[in-house]
Amino acid sequence: MTWADLSLIAPELALAAAACAALLQDAWATGPALESRSRGPAAAWIALGGVCAALLLLGVRPAGAAQVGFAGMYVRDGITRVVDLAALAAAGLGVMLSPPYLERFRLPAGEYHALLLLSTAGAMLMGASRNLVLLFLGLEMLSFPLYVLAALARRSRRSQEAGLKYLLLGAFATAFFVYGVALVYGASGTADLSRLGRAPDVPLLHAGVAFLVIGLGFEAALVPFHAWAPDVYEGAPMPATAFMSVIAKVGAFAGLLRLFPQALPQLAPAWGQMLAAIAVATMILGNLAALAQSNVKRLLAYSGVAHAGYILIGIASGGPAGSSAVLYYLLVYVAMNLGAFGVLLLLERRGEEADRVEDLAGLLGRAPWAAVVLAACMVSLAGLPPTAGFIAKLYLFRAALQDHRVALALVGALTSVVSVYYYLRVASVALSAGAADAVAVRHSRFAGVGLALAAAGVLWLGIVPGAITALVQQAVQALR
Amino acid sequence: MPALTHYLVLSALLFCLGLFAVVTRRNGVAILMGIELMLNAANVNLVAFNKFAAPGAMQGQVFALIVITLAACEAAVGLALVLAAYRSLETVYVDEINVMKW
Amino acid sequence: MRAAILIPLFPLAGWVVNGLLGDRWGRRAVAWVACGTVVAAFAVSLAVLARLLALPPGARSAAVVLYEWIGTGSVRAPLGLLVDPLSVALALVVSGVGALIHIYSVGYMAGDEHIARYFAYLNLFMASMLWLVLAGNLVAMFIGWEGVGLCSYLLIAFWFTRPPAAAAGVKAFLVTRLGDVGFLLGIFLAFAVFGTTDFTAMARAAGSRLPLGGPAATALALLLFLGATGKSAQLPLYVWLPDAMEGPTPVSALIHAATMVTAGVYMIVRMHAVYLRAPLALDVVAIVGAATAIFAAAAALAEPDLKRVLAYSTISQLGYMFLGVGVGAWSDGIFHLTSHAFFKALLFLAAGAVMHALGGETDMRRMGGLAGRLPATAGAFAVGALALAGIWPFAGFFSKEAILSDAFRAGRVWLWAVALAAAGLTALYIARAFALVFVLPPGEGSAGPAGCREGDAPRAAGHRGLAPGAEVADPPPVMRWPMGALALLTLLGGALGWSAARPGVLARWLGPLLAPGALRSSEGTHGSEAALAAAGLAVAVAGIVLVWLVYVRRALRVRSQAVQTVLAHRFYVEDFYAAAVVAPVRAVARWAGGFDRAVIDGAVVGLARAIGGGGAVLRRLQSGYLRHYAALALVGVLALLAYWMWR
Repeated sequence: MTWADLSLIAPELALAAAACAALLQDAWATGPALESRSRGPAAAWIALGGVCAALLLLGVRPAGAAQVGFAGMYVRDGITRVVDLAALAAAGLGVMLSPPYLERFRLPAGEYHALLLLSTAGAMLMGASRNLVLLFLGLEMLSFPLYVLAALARRSRRSQEAGLKYLLLGAFATAFFVYGVALVYGASGTADLSRLGRAPDVPLLHAGVAFLVIGLGFEAALVPFHAWAPDVYEGAPMPATAFMSVIAKVGAFAGLLRLFPQALPQLAPAWGQMLAAIAVATMILGNLAALAQSNVKRLLAYSGVAHAGYILIGIASGGPAGSSAVLYYLLVYVAMNLGAFGVLLLLERRGEEADRVEDLAGLLGRAPWAAVVLAACMVSLAGLPPTAGFIAKLYLFRAALQDHRVALALVGALTSVVSVYYYLRVASVALSAGAADAVAVRHSRFAGVGLALAAAGVLWLGIVPGAITALVQQAVQALR
Repeated sequence: MPALTHYLVLSALLFCLGLFAVVTRRNGVAILMGIELMLNAANVNLVAFNKFAAPGAMQGQVFALIVITLAACEAAVGLALVLAAYRSLETVYVDEINVMKW
Repeated sequence: MRAAILIPLFPLAGWVVNGLLGDRWGRRAVAWVACGTVVAAFAVSLAVLARLLALPPGARSAAVVLYEWIGTGSVRAPLGLLVDPLSVALALVVSGVGALIHIYSVGYMAGDEHIARYFAYLNLFMASMLWLVLAGNLVAMFIGWEGVGLCSYLLIAFWFTRPPAAAAGVKAFLVTRLGDVGFLLGIFLAFAVFGTTDFTAMARAAGSRLPLGGPAATALALLLFLGATGKSAQLPLYVWLPDAMEGPTPVSALIHAATMVTAGVYMIVRMHAVYLRAPLALDVVAIVGAATAIFAAAAALAEPDLKRVLAYSTISQLGYMFLGVGVGAWSDGIFHLTSHAFFKALLFLAAGAVMHALGGETDMRRMGGLAGRLPATAGAFAVGALALAGIWPFAGFFSKEAILSDAFRAGRVWLWAVALAAAGLTALYIARAFALVFVLPPGEGSAGPAGCREGDAPRAAGHRGLAPGAEVADPPPVMRWPMGALALLTLLGGALGWSAARPGVLARWLGPLLAPGALRSSEGTHGSEAALAAAGLAVAVAGIVLVWLVYVRRALRVRSQAVQTVLAHRFYVEDFYAAAVVAPVRAVARWAGGFDRAVIDGAVVGLARAIGGGGAVLRRLQSGYLRHYAALALVGVLALLAYWMWR
């Protein structure tokens, strides 16, 4: 390990340092300070500082050629850059949107922020991994904090159930992943992703790849490894739900991107077909199940499953077109999903989370900005122009057509038509004039800025996507 | 002198035992133990492959050490969560933890 | 030409301002902002028209590229406008009629407490619609296409506290989304074929990239037409439009008569270069158009609800437009679009004035004899009705005759005959509506000349719409003036398309754009044209006279008992329609309603019903038991392993 190596992972280090600081700040507080209201924002500011520092460290590095460190395990290239950007955006928005909720429900702010930052670092490691070992390390670092975050509300039975389910199923899937790593290692004699391309085409490798898909597919909530998602999303405290809904996808799809289009192009016909089948099942099941939900958290959980299916289209199509579409979609997904959750975080129904669709009624009258942000995010999730979701889907379907996967694009287009219904139902309830009496709206400047950023992202990526599309195009240059 | 195949079969058996435990056990702690078995099956594989398939480097053994470390972390987090769940749900039997569904 | 961007931007600004601040302002400020922005858009359109007129006819096309919107690899689409005679003509119609309807709305919605929301939506609609007609490529057009759909949904469900309104909004959105899938796939196909969706580039490349009658051209044309059938309510996707009448009447006038529903026709004319390469698709367009024209006209004949009569009438008239473009008469399609925008908006506004006077009543059986009490409204309705029926010299006569003669001269005699029959029905239903609302004494509509039909009698007796002696008056000036302006346009609009020597003004204006390669053989002589016009006029007059005889004069009194009975049942026309038309219409509606309930009402039960046993399986999958989830994952593992082992 050299200074060069350490400077490579500077953004991750900044997050880890901020996480430690947030925890220490928690330990520092004693006696009455534990109950005081000022504790939350301090941790939030520390976390936000860590995210900003990481972003700065990301920004000062020239976007030149790929740099490799840690004996070839860690790579910092265009893909790393975009994945880091997505993960840090998720962390930043997650930090900014949660204070009102943490305060109201008395969740431990220091732990929350520390876990959030560590999980972000894990997702970033996955995006930067050039070795299966590092991919595994990143996966664990991503998911452990999420298990704890899901169970953060100690007195809520639902939260505890969510944490336990997430942990047991997650560890189960991880075990498959490790076994898969072992098999791939045995088949190719290396765990180095850049050398897997020369591995002999033997059944051992195939079995290993199948096992690897399970670990990553669990984190991404792909059918049939999605079953945890609705329960965990519903039970976890809402800020944790919001954050995990995006960070798990960022990490998992970064891993899939590193694994399939980048490391195993020689097997593309085989895994392409497998992933296409999974994508079709995921899109259909996610969208159909979401139709029937009346709980917004659960609805967004199934919507997350459906979106995992859409993003998988890009992986299955492979190549520069598919990969850049995946990266673009991840950025868009972070903005639109956190924007939607951010509005829900402002609401409260008689000391509980306001997570039913009808709790949104009359939002326009009481918090017009929040209602408009929610509507914009829903329109974007549904994939309608002029929002970012439309462009993102356009790229994905286009990539599928380029790869001659017409059925994939067709299923994607049809299911996104179905999805319009449930998204717009939420939006139209929020824009209606009725009133849910028991629901209170908390105003917070901190969260307001976060919401504004998310909405700006949704519109900016939809109306002037040029800069970011250039970035993701550049990121996948190496795949050509 | 056992050959690679012996190790692989052992590992596969171990993995399936763990799998069986996860799917059939009702106790959360027992499920965690099953997962440990599966991870250790992977470790056996890693070390065996390192010896037979890629004898030059130590990658496999190092990876096995990393997996052991992470398995310990997992056990720590897992037991903590089971304990926390026991406090509020008053059970560690996963069949009785079924508030959220459909 | 860059000023053209202001045309959609003005209403957009109105939306932003009214949406954000409208609740804090007074009603007057809201109304001024809303109407002012649309009038400004109209003024800018006029200015752009003047700039175009200054150019030589061949050079009247300018692309205004705002910036590179989607620009990666092979997918390229700049966000830009196309300013040419066609888009400017449409922008004028949309902003002009839109401005009149905005002004009318000030009076119509005066009592509604959510007027700021109403005008914000209406302005957003105008912005989307103007963007749609000015867009320079298919992807940019799709923004407007979805935008108008969204606004239509929001405005239909404006009174969402009424369950039918909310349901109708959802239905409209979903049915048109079905069509939008076709449109979206069409965009992808266009990308695949042309590498761009720029309208001018596609028109230029259509000849070389699309073999005549080849599968690519036909598929592209049919996919886009699928989008058009949804948006323009053609068979079989028309079902949402009659229900859309749950929205406020000015909304029906603006969105569901004058502008949005004609977007499909506009899109086909815009893409005419592609359609010329696909004769089969053009035939489909023409046949669907003619079938819709007669089907919807027949449905209108048996409808007791005034607004729904007008809705079916709109569907029928849109059918005429598709018939026109289907036989390659692009400019005549646009001509009928324009004149229809005038007279149908007028009819809706007059109907709105009637409803305004009667406290929201739309059932014609509870109206009657209003001509004396609402003279201005009756006059406006009469002008619109005569134009719709195709009576000289109103605009509808010229545009409809143009399409009929186009169909005839294109050799589609069968389609011409169908359209002619539909013209007769048109005169019949609109004259019937006029008679029921304005001429006959109240309650008379449901009662036949020799005794009423049983089912209707109690309802007719207990009518609430028009209490005798109630205070019923013409609407205030703010509503009357727009009606007057539209009546004037309806009177004079024929001049756009008809002149001593055809082609008319509009055809010559659009000529440089559309002329090359038009299918239509223009060998018809003046003599035959006059004969065709006379035939159309005769059918229309016959329809009106028939209604007059049967409904008003009841003149055909014959001693024979048999004839009496026939007359009592009005030639059994309505019975026939009840069996032959209404039943199928209802059946389709029921099917759509079942679709509604199953998928759309989205309850757990509904989902289960819609996808059969699938719902139950889904439910069992998501049992909440951790072990089931693990087992499910295990099944996935085995499936993946099996795939890799036996692939």
